[in-house]
Amino acid sequence: MSETLFALAVIFTQLSLLAFGGGNTVLPEMQRQVVDVHHWMSAADFGALFALARAAPGPNMMVVPLIGWHVAGWSGMLVASLAKFIPSSLLTLFVLHLWQRFKDHPWRRHVQAGLLPVTIGLVAASALLLVQATATSWLLFVIALLVALFDVFTRVHPLWLLAAGALAGLLLGSG
Amino acid sequence: MSEPEPTTATQRPSCSALFLGFLGLGLTSFGGALPLARRALVERRRWLGEEEFTELLGLCQFLPGGNIINLSVAVGARFQGVAGALAALLGLVAGPTAIVIGLGVIYERFHDDPHIRHLFAGLAAAAAGLMVSMALKMARPLRGQPVAIGVALLAFVALGMLQLPLLGVMLVLTPLSVLIAAGRRR
Repeated sequence: MSETLFALAVIFTQLSLLAFGGGNTVLPEMQRQVVDVHHWMSAADFGALFALARAAPGPNMMVVPLIGWHVAGWSGMLVASLAKFIPSSLLTLFVLHLWQRFKDHPWRRHVQAGLLPVTIGLVAASALLLVQATATSWLLFVIALLVALFDVFTRVHPLWLLAAGALAGLLLGSG
Repeated sequence: MSEPEPTTATQRPSCSALFLGFLGLGLTSFGGALPLARRALVERRRWLGEEEFTELLGLCQFLPGGNIINLSVAVGARFQGVAGALAALLGLVAGPTAIVIGLGVIYERFHDDPHIRHLFAGLAAAAAGLMVSMALKMARPLRGQPVAIGVALLAFVALGMLQLPLLGVMLVLTPLSVLIAAGRRR
């Protein structure tokens, strides 16, 4: 059991520090480790856990505690979560500290101004990839489009838009 | 901190306020927390101004780890140091962890039900729509800056359409964009 926990800690610490651009970039590597290297579950199980985690609220990496729990119970959940969330958070704290320390340097303003359009492009790219992955029928595409329009032009709370999307999918059979 | 208080942010949350704020965010953010985070942090709680949000998010995206996870750490640390970072991070993941494990427990019962599949498909599509509107809202400040729009488009094409590796794209585009910004302001 402790070997499994150790393996979980090593895997998710690595993934934590490699996950540039958010969690989804390390999903293929996560699946390889969990399914092919350690044989903790089948690829189908992995896909099911991921879909489950996406249906739950919160950050998109909630599949990590779920995998830990599936593999090694409560202690697995704890170890996987700590290994995934703490190393990258420490790095964030460190970089943020530097960022504050150099806040009066002119290059910080340049870095800030330079990061802005890249960040926006990245969010737009994520949006495109998400739409491609989820809007797999005309109905689902229309749901995504209407939600986007409502969110830009009205002040309806996003939770209502999500509920409406889920309801539309349920009632209309998602195309 | 010697930095003057940001004009749009009106309060300095305590550790428990950070924990509760991110707990609420974690529990309500279905289908990715980022669009809701912007709404909660900027529009509702006003812990961050619009520019600060984009600045912090930019930093967080450049670092490894989930954007929203890093953002919670950054926001917590900004107001209450390491304790605040821990409070925000714990608040963010505590609720969703409990829910996801609960879902795992009852999953076996109905994972073959097509109704549930349709429900999730609609939910996921709506979540994608929210991501689109968030990108549009964030792009507003770029109006009238053709070079910055060009860089944003380049990032969009490289990552979204060509699906090039993220690390490489950022290592090329970010220095380029910073140099352009530095040159323009000189």
